Amino acid sequence: MSLNYDYSLFIPEFLLAGLVVAVMGLDLFAPQFKKTWLSYVAAAGLAATAAVSLAWIGKESNFARIVAIDNYTTYFRVFFMATAAVVCLASGRLVEQKLRHPGEYYSLIILSTIGAIGMAASRELMTAYLSLELLSFSLYILVGYQKFDARSNEAGIKYLLLGAFASAMFLYGLSLIYGVAGTTYYTDIAANLKAGTHDYSFALLMGLVLIIAGLGFKVAAVPFHMWTPDAYEGAPVAITAYLATTSKAAGFALLLRLFGGAFLVVHDDWSWMIAGIAAASMILGNLVALQQHNIKRLMAYSSIGQIGYMLMGIAGLSHDTASAIVLHMTGYMVSNMAIFVVIIAWYNLTGTEEIEDFRGMRERAPLLAGTLAGALFSLAGLPLFAGFVTKFILFQAVTDAGYLWLAGIAVVTSVVSLFYYLQVMRQAFVSAPAEGEGALSVPVLMNGLAFTLMLGVFYIGLYPQQLFDAISNATGFLFV
Amino acid sequence: MHSGYWLIATLVLPLIGAAVLVVIPDERKDVVRWLSALIGAALFALSAYIFFAYETGKSSDHQVYQFFIRWDWLQNVAFLGPHGIALTFGVDGIAAPMVLLTGVVAFGGALISWKIEHHNKDFFILFWVLVSGVFGTFESLDLFFFFFFYEVAVLPMYLLIAVWGSSSVFPTFTRTKEYSAMKLTIMLVAASILIFLGIFAVFKEAGLGTFDLQKLYAYQFDERFQKMVFPLFVIGCGVLAGLWPFHTWSPDGHVSAPTAVSMLHAGVLMKLGAFGIIRLGIQLLPAGATFWMPGLMILATCNVVYGAFAATAQRDFKYMIGYSSVSHMGLVLMGLATMNVIGVDGAVLQMFAHGVMTATFFAMVGAIYDQTHTRDMRSYGGLVNKTPLFVFFFGVAGLASLGLPGLAGFVAEFNIFVGTFRTYPWAAALGIFAAMLTAVYILRMWTWTFFGTFNERWAELKEMTYLERATATLLLASMLFMGLWPAPFIDRIQESVRLLPGVS
Repeated sequence: MSLNYDYSLFIPEFLLAGLVVAVMGLDLFAPQFKKTWLSYVAAAGLAATAAVSLAWIGKESNFARIVAIDNYTTYFRVFFMATAAVVCLASGRLVEQKLRHPGEYYSLIILSTIGAIGMAASRELMTAYLSLELLSFSLYILVGYQKFDARSNEAGIKYLLLGAFASAMFLYGLSLIYGVAGTTYYTDIAANLKAGTHDYSFALLMGLVLIIAGLGFKVAAVPFHMWTPDAYEGAPVAITAYLATTSKAAGFALLLRLFGGAFLVVHDDWSWMIAGIAAASMILGNLVALQQHNIKRLMAYSSIGQIGYMLMGIAGLSHDTASAIVLHMTGYMVSNMAIFVVIIAWYNLTGTEEIEDFRGMRERAPLLAGTLAGALFSLAGLPLFAGFVTKFILFQAVTDAGYLWLAGIAVVTSVVSLFYYLQVMRQAFVSAPAEGEGALSVPVLMNGLAFTLMLGVFYIGLYPQQLFDAISNATGFLFV
Repeated sequence: MHSGYWLIATLVLPLIGAAVLVVIPDERKDVVRWLSALIGAALFALSAYIFFAYETGKSSDHQVYQFFIRWDWLQNVAFLGPHGIALTFGVDGIAAPMVLLTGVVAFGGALISWKIEHHNKDFFILFWVLVSGVFGTFESLDLFFFFFFYEVAVLPMYLLIAVWGSSSVFPTFTRTKEYSAMKLTIMLVAASILIFLGIFAVFKEAGLGTFDLQKLYAYQFDERFQKMVFPLFVIGCGVLAGLWPFHTWSPDGHVSAPTAVSMLHAGVLMKLGAFGIIRLGIQLLPAGATFWMPGLMILATCNVVYGAFAATAQRDFKYMIGYSSVSHMGLVLMGLATMNVIGVDGAVLQMFAHGVMTATFFAMVGAIYDQTHTRDMRSYGGLVNKTPLFVFFFGVAGLASLGLPGLAGFVAEFNIFVGTFRTYPWAAALGIFAAMLTAVYILRMWTWTFFGTFNERWAELKEMTYLERATATLLLASMLFMGLWPAPFIDRIQESVRLLPGVS
């Protein structure tokens, strides 16, 4: 069999690697270069690379069968680079005020993006594992980046220890699968599993259990979610945003590729596990969120709930549900990012991240308050905003796949989530600012980001056709 | 045929208005007011046009909806079927009066909110989103968009009540506006879960791959399925209509809400619930309706009687009106439960009549409360000496509420009771008893507030402002119009009600 070693397929990743070096070099060798500009350089580089990667739209190719460059990869290339660009832009002032070594900070974000893209693109177990580790290692460092802050250190250690444990489980699972299927290529695994696995059914089951546990940790699904609130709370707030979006989306990109490409033939062996995890995540995430006082912890539990919604789709995996998951994930990413831009801007200006310190946001920073309200409504799944359409389609797809009971839990927990989102809104809009707290001058950049992301939320919410078509086309490549 | 763009205009105009308001600076409060008044006037004109241009005598089984328009919205989604989701709008003789009602109350609400000072820009943004949602629900002919706009109408409620509302202080406890706002929002959204599940069930059972209501109406659902799903729609929509025992959000919410929101919510939004029972319940699942309507009749009778008793016990202006709304919405549900033409006619008429009556009530209470800051009826007295106009408008609304001939309420209640007598005489008897209780609490309110010795505490009280007079006149004119010349309403409503499946 002749393999295709076309290195030009990786041009976007090479460009990103070059960007990593450039950003680090600028920080190191050009001390007169203003550090805030590093965030602009990183963001501009990411945006330019995203534009370059559009050149692969409609082309289907692979590198030595281990990495597929198809529309699915292209979609996630753009998705991850856009997310990273927003995080870099939003970090500028935070990094300047609170963190040291800005060059490494942005470099690690870009590096982790390469890992995330690899997770979406791999069609081979070891490549998937290496990509996952690239993402994870960058994140371990970034979570503990506030060197002299005890909470950040604690979060970093916790995330590292549990993350390494999860990676080990994942790797062990992969080795069992290799033992059962005799290959690490997704398509061959699928073919060999189809041929029969009766002799190894227990090893297969253990392998699947370990893989699901390992990935469950990465996407923070119950019962592997314990690290989430602490890591979210301790990490620098921009990294919390990054954890909530890219790290989860990458986990799902990998899950979809792996389970769609390799394990769909043994669907009955794992769907019940995923369904149970999904139900537990939705219920626990949304109920525990009710008790939170810290906005980062609230977003952590809210994201666990959101993960539950997306896992429902994995349980009934098909082309339909895969499209619905990616659509919901995209809407979630834009809404969540909008909320985090507000949280970051607010933290920069007031130094607080407790929900009750949001009081008077309407008076002090009207555009941020408006964005917060709209994005929270979107997460709660109310119409005009992205969340309504994406949830409707996702729940419909899940119902269609035969998981009516999961969709029922999802709808009920959505109402619960509305309750705690409204509590946040209450502080921002109903409570008056304390004595002497006047209007804040929010940087144009943050207001601009918030506004742009809100436009995205409305775009998905009011006219999802184009995005859905793109996603549906991309996810079609998962099941070849 | 009329163009469907008229309907689109009623949806888009308030949304565009809201978007324009976003960019107006906070401190330009007068610009916000004028712009909102203009939007209100334009919506009123549009809705009046839609109502009067609606042609009677043209409906048949094949051509029920006028102002019909359809745009593809979401296609190529495999599990949504070949037709996907389409923006489909149209009105029949039941929706047309509701559109008019929304136009009237929205215009009145925009005028009465002129005096809002605290962030009036935010208020009007949310207010117009709410109005757009209401129009959208009345006009949608697609299951998805029915639900979409239904939720749009609920979405702004929390902030509208929690920011601009007022708390109620009772001797032993305080009911905060935040509490009321949360209760209303969560109860309504929780109820919409049932509708959501019902929509899934209907879509899957029909298997037509479309959310188009007209196509779904044509499908014969299995009788057992209809019996199972009908309660989902009736309870889901019924919560918004104030169906007993799920009405508890209504008095608290309406009392805490600012004037214009109370007007719109009690006047129009509760009608969405009843309208949903017609659109999703009776039209979609007629066999389910026939089976369950006796049950609805029992609950509706509880509504009517319980609401009236509770209203009689109130000392607070707004709570009295809130419970009277529960009672009057019970009459609407009663009319629907009769499943005969005259009863359902009456129900739709009552939806309109109660809408304008309650809006007038809330507008008037708001006018007086803004000056006195108390809603305790017994702390007033002899207001007729000081503010005769207020007493006049409030009094006429009260008379309409207790069903005086010549005003809107009479036509509606008469039809409902006639319809109910044919099928459930016991319910009609209880309903008429409750209507007498209405007279008790309305007339007692008169003695406490309007007549008797003047309470010197209110010596400084001023007469209503011109804007309040304009609002009251608009609403009063609607009440008289329907009371004195109900023909345009009855023609439109009856024609469409006759076409409802299962209604004889």
